Amino acid sequence: MKVVLQNLTKVFPSRDKKSGKEVVAVNDFTFEIPDGKLIGLLGPSGCGKSTTLYMISGLQKPTGGKIFFGEDDVTELTTENRGIGLVFQNYALYPHMTVKQNILFPLQNLKGEDKMSKAEMLERAHWAAKLVQIDDLMDRKPSEMSGGQQQRVAIARALVKMPRVLLLDEPLSNLDARLRLQTREEIRRIQRETGITTIFVTHDQEEAMSISDMIVVMKLGVVQQTGKPQEVYDNPTNLFVAKFLGTPPINVFAGSVKGGKLYLGKDAVLNVPGVADQEVHVGIRPEGFELDPNGPMICNLNSIEVMGRDSSVVSTHDASQNPVVRSIIDADNKVEEGAKTVRFSLKPHKVFLFHKETEERIYFEVK
Amino acid sequence: MVDSKQQWKAWLYLSPAIVLLLVFTAWPIINTLRMAFLENYSGLQEIGGATFNFGIGNFLTVIKYKKFLQCLSNTVGLCITTVPISTILALLIAVALNSIKPLQKILQTIFFLPYVTNSIAIGMVFAAMFNIIGLRPGGGYADTWGIINLAIQAFGGEPINWINAGSNYGPNIIVMIVYIVWNALPFKILVLLGGLQSINKQYYDAAKVDSTSRTRVFARITVPLLSPMLAYVIITGFIGGFKEYSSIIGIFGENMGPAHDAGRLNTMVGFVYDALERDFQGRASAAALILFGIILLVTLFNNHVIKRFTHY
Repeated sequence: MKVVLQNLTKVFPSRDKKSGKEVVAVNDFTFEIPDGKLIGLLGPSGCGKSTTLYMISGLQKPTGGKIFFGEDDVTELTTENRGIGLVFQNYALYPHMTVKQNILFPLQNLKGEDKMSKAEMLERAHWAAKLVQIDDLMDRKPSEMSGGQQQRVAIARALVKMPRVLLLDEPLSNLDARLRLQTREEIRRIQRETGITTIFVTHDQEEAMSISDMIVVMKLGVVQQTGKPQEVYDNPTNLFVAKFLGTPPINVFAGSVKGGKLYLGKDAVLNVPGVADQEVHVGIRPEGFELDPNGPMICNLNSIEVMGRDSSVVSTHDASQNPVVRSIIDADNKVEEGAKTVRFSLKPHKVFLFHKETEERIYFEVK
Repeated sequence: MVDSKQQWKAWLYLSPAIVLLLVFTAWPIINTLRMAFLENYSGLQEIGGATFNFGIGNFLTVIKYKKFLQCLSNTVGLCITTVPISTILALLIAVALNSIKPLQKILQTIFFLPYVTNSIAIGMVFAAMFNIIGLRPGGGYADTWGIINLAIQAFGGEPINWINAGSNYGPNIIVMIVYIVWNALPFKILVLLGGLQSINKQYYDAAKVDSTSRTRVFARITVPLLSPMLAYVIITGFIGGFKEYSSIIGIFGENMGPAHDAGRLNTMVGFVYDALERDFQGRASAAALILFGIILLVTLFNNHVIKRFTHY
């Protein structure tokens, strides 16, 4: 089932009657989610990603715009009639019911043609439980299970009635780091196996990048960029997206372009053909640095963190907008011991220029 | 752990409460036990120099007393009718109150008003509503009806003698049930409303996503999640119900029944008071202990039943 959002807008009325300032949580969101894909809605808190999800679920009414499931306009449809599955951030499992009762609950609500016999329901519940690998915990209560197990039950409960669309609100935020890695793979696997169009919300870019077919990056209610995770990472449209994606985060410098050369401080570090002379923000991905004894970029060396496969060089630079510049280099490249400075050359496709005021991307030709 | 040197300080701070508890709670309990097991104990006679034998005579007297059995059956009868009725009504009202947004605060206040009103005063108002006799403006009795009978007549019914002389036991007890239920509602509504408002809204959202019907939401989600509060309301309701006394006074006055049959609606606590008034402290203590035993048993039974139906 493809999901189409058309000029979707949500305005919350002001709480403070005096100032009367409305809050635009989602502003003119238009996007088509292809059938059977896993989509990550990504952004910092307060960017409107959860509001978008809840509008798709029907729990919140949009102020403007339309929502389609396939060809059906569901904008006016109540949650009950949308046929969605929703996994809440804190799972919202009914605490007084066992796992089995929780999973059976949506099935027992089915009416008319969809009504199932007891045996069919049990069979379906077992299928869902097996899918998320909790079929041996069917008689436990939610309070007797770990966060990860509860999460699985919540997914099983959402999946058991075969929803048209599966929505997940911050599905991994209540899990510890290890379980998070494992569970996100699980979500990916379950989504692939069922082929249900799935939309999930997260503030964790790594999470979104690692499992999504497509990501939607949002900021203050406005969609910044959509696309495949790698494409968005390699080609951010503005400084916000560049900063938001990637661990370790991108290094940002204050630079200037003069005569087709990019200057950081006094040093010309890169040729940027086709860019007019101006002040710019420069974003350089950590993997965009190469150790080079004759490199044009000179940084003051702080420390080197060895991480096995590669090393992280922590240095400072006068033009840097972050306290430190972090670059990741191959562990084979040794930095001279006791060195005060370190010199880099830059990989042009890992360097992005952004307009000083608008922070929009300025493209240059990469040879 | 508290340092042993500091312990005397802890005891010092606790002492006012402990002294009060010893004087007004512990000693009376011990004294009740003592008086209950001294045959035909009477405080005045003890002062006069009389001595009493140890025995269970007081208990036997109480149990054999016909009036005691009537008090017991009145009390139990009122309990097993008013507690379920008031709990169910309070649950429905609380759920309704919780689901409306406008005027919620005002309605909440209205429903809570009986709680802050003196129960004797409420009883007098109820008595007036159910009364059949009024005073003529010039003096002398007149057959004006209370508002309840006026309403019954307006719908074409025959007026009923609810509480006055010559009334039957049935109407008497109906008036008591209505009054006690009405009096018990506010506290129960308050507790249940508090419980409802502390239920995580997401359970209801989840139920919506799963297309749950309203009756099923009520039966499968609201009531189970409210069950600890319901348990509390039911248990305290029974405990309060077994101590019913002032409500009878409120309607019927110290007669504890209609004029022609005083004591007809007497309760266990009323029995204790009567015995005290007539200087039979031994008998009163025995009755109080029996009442204590009954409440204990009922509460244990309640606890046992409720444990099977509450969650968490």
